[in-house]
Amino acid sequence: MKPIWIVRDYEECTGCRRCELACSLHHEGWFWPEASRVRVFMPFPGVEVPHLCAQCDDYPCVNACPTDALSVDEDTTAVLMDEEKCIGCSKCIEACPGSVPILHPETGKAAICDLCGGDPECVKVCHEARYDALRLVEEGMSKNRKLFSRHPIDVARDLAVKFFGEKGEEVI
Amino acid sequence: MPRGYAGKYLEVDLTKGKTQDTTIDEGTLEAFFGGRGLGAKILWDRIGDRWAEVDPLGPDNILLALTGPMTGIYPGGRICVTGKSPVSNGTIGSTASTEFAHELRTAGYDGVIVTGRASSPVYILVTEEGGEIRDAGHLWGTMGEDTLKILNKEVSEELTKRKPNVGLWKEPGMIYVGPAGENMVRNAGVMTKLCHAAGYGGYGSVMGSKNLKAIVAKGRGRLPDVWAPEAVKLLWRKAHEELIARDSFRRQGTGYGGWSTGATLSSEPVRNWQEEWHDERTFGGPMFETRFWVKKYWTDFNCTCNCMKLSCIPSGRWAGDITDNPDYELQSYLGTNFGVFDPADNIHLSALVDNLGHHAIGAGNAAAFAAELYQRGILTEEDLGFKLEWGGAEAFDRLLRMMAFREGIGDVLAEGTYRAAKKIGEIKGVDCMPYVVHVKGIEVGAHGTRSDHDFLAHDISYAVNVQGGDHTSAASDGFRELSGAVFSDSGVICSFARTPQHIIFGLAKAITGYPITIDSWRRVTGPRIVTLQRALLLLGGPDVTWTPVVDDENPPRFYEPLPSGPWKGRTTDRGLVERKRLAYFETLGWDERGIPRTETLKRLGLEDLEPSMEGFRE
Repeated sequence: MKPIWIVRDYEECTGCRRCELACSLHHEGWFWPEASRVRVFMPFPGVEVPHLCAQCDDYPCVNACPTDALSVDEDTTAVLMDEEKCIGCSKCIEACPGSVPILHPETGKAAICDLCGGDPECVKVCHEARYDALRLVEEGMSKNRKLFSRHPIDVARDLAVKFFGEKGEEVI
Repeated sequence: MPRGYAGKYLEVDLTKGKTQDTTIDEGTLEAFFGGRGLGAKILWDRIGDRWAEVDPLGPDNILLALTGPMTGIYPGGRICVTGKSPVSNGTIGSTASTEFAHELRTAGYDGVIVTGRASSPVYILVTEEGGEIRDAGHLWGTMGEDTLKILNKEVSEELTKRKPNVGLWKEPGMIYVGPAGENMVRNAGVMTKLCHAAGYGGYGSVMGSKNLKAIVAKGRGRLPDVWAPEAVKLLWRKAHEELIARDSFRRQGTGYGGWSTGATLSSEPVRNWQEEWHDERTFGGPMFETRFWVKKYWTDFNCTCNCMKLSCIPSGRWAGDITDNPDYELQSYLGTNFGVFDPADNIHLSALVDNLGHHAIGAGNAAAFAAELYQRGILTEEDLGFKLEWGGAEAFDRLLRMMAFREGIGDVLAEGTYRAAKKIGEIKGVDCMPYVVHVKGIEVGAHGTRSDHDFLAHDISYAVNVQGGDHTSAASDGFRELSGAVFSDSGVICSFARTPQHIIFGLAKAITGYPITIDSWRRVTGPRIVTLQRALLLLGGPDVTWTPVVDDENPPRFYEPLPSGPWKGRTTDRGLVERKRLAYFETLGWDERGIPRTETLKRLGLEDLEPSMEGFRE
């Protein structure tokens, strides 16, 4: 299997959040937006930012994990999480440049995108709806990936200017 | 616990400053479902015989923000805001698409029941830890956009402080009021998401009367468990497939209607409904799309229908104004009905109305009514303080602000078109009623009946509608709309996210496990809800009551011949209205004056209405 990566075209995101629903259906068996490994932030109406793991080349989260609960999938380059080992210490969240991981609302363990083992559900539903805000590419490791590990509010501020011009400077 | 429901409701007594969880028995939920239906039932149970005396803008009214078992699961989840309406004095199940709805459900609540009146401005915060009443002194007086920005930041920061280690907190969902609601503009909307509103019914003013600026919710839980999860998942995918296949609606929303509805259906309000046709191509869809739509595919939680288009004015005097579309209703009511045919003017007025927290149809109707009085010399420049000419966007901008802040003539118009007409009529000694386009006080949606070619409105659409001029709930034959709008508003889902009825009802059954069919809604549940609403509408009061038959009528203007367009000369057929009205009452088991019959009340389990209805029968 070739390494894969999810491209995110923020301005194409419509805010339907079916990525959250599809992700939670896959990982939790039911609709659960806040347990989803991809979450769409909307700090201002219309400014929608799908927020998910960017699989940084240096994996700061994996390195920060005190219990070796996090590891890297050699095939997909996704971050894998071992529930048995995770102690819910939030060190991975602190280490992530984009504060991407969450602690699961019920188990309190870290939840990070595992690329669904190579066939991400979020990408499928996004494509189905013909938005393609999230797209899968077969692409080797790149330094550029880490540039996408950004705080969603920072991304939203940029996006707001793109949509609203000068007015965008003040909406978020 | 019933399936499809989070299982509890939040009760907030603003007078005492107390919140507590409450439940509703399963029999009631099965009989009234949620949203519009359940809201009417809660109101009747709690207000009952005192209905006619309760001032909708007083502390005895109850404000309800309710979801339904379909909310968040079926595409396009909405919140249903209801209570005793200060506009119709009955009840309106007023809905708006918003993330507030699923945030409420994932916080463990199916709805919020607000009673009493706070002594100073407050907002309600709902989380998994329960409900809390928080100070809103700093929010009072703010426009919608600022309310939203402040609350997004404030609540996210507060929740982060409470649970800092779980990862980033996403913004909450909320419903709120703008200055119009605060100042109790009678038909003010309950706003959400900058440019969405639960407009009909005037529940923004009910919130204002309670000193309630907003209800904010943030949940981290699952959407409620359902009866048949595998069936729900399949039907959820199927529903989205259907929505995704609706290509032209996804591309255009209703944002092409401004020109095309007037030009092709001749049912669009123009200059306070003096005409329903125009050929102003400057108002065509592409003129909005090319210059102003910055995000063409925009949508709400769990919806792929994409009726929304994010618009922003890039330059000029109104640079930076942001709104959705505007959709057909706002293109009409804040465009053609003002004689405004410039897309930028229309977007500006839409953004303004959203920010002020007006109900765009209500406020647009009232402002255009004033402009017609000005045209006829009944209202003068002296009365207004400025010239109010058709097409004058600045003048309408000014008037809409005066209404929201109740300044000058705006104070009178803030009572809604019907009540304003009575007052101006008294002052001026002129009958203004011929120019009022309302049914039961509710300003009529932008779908005329005269050409008989609108996709929605014909003859009795509004005349016998238990929600008056509300076009989203238009009456047809006492049958079809019950499994249509009445179901959607009770479900609580969006009627734009329409899929074949076997999918909708398949989901309703799979979610709840109740033996729900299209037929059960057309014969039992739907009639139960509209019969209850009809009874409450008849009880009315305290300032206005409606007379059966006399007020089950179209606005006078709908009987004037169309002066222009492809159906010039055509008008609504009075004889047909009479016959259809009778047929409608008969279908629902009401007598020839529209009073629910004893046996109908019995059949629908509404026996407790009998003493109140007795007095209405002849």
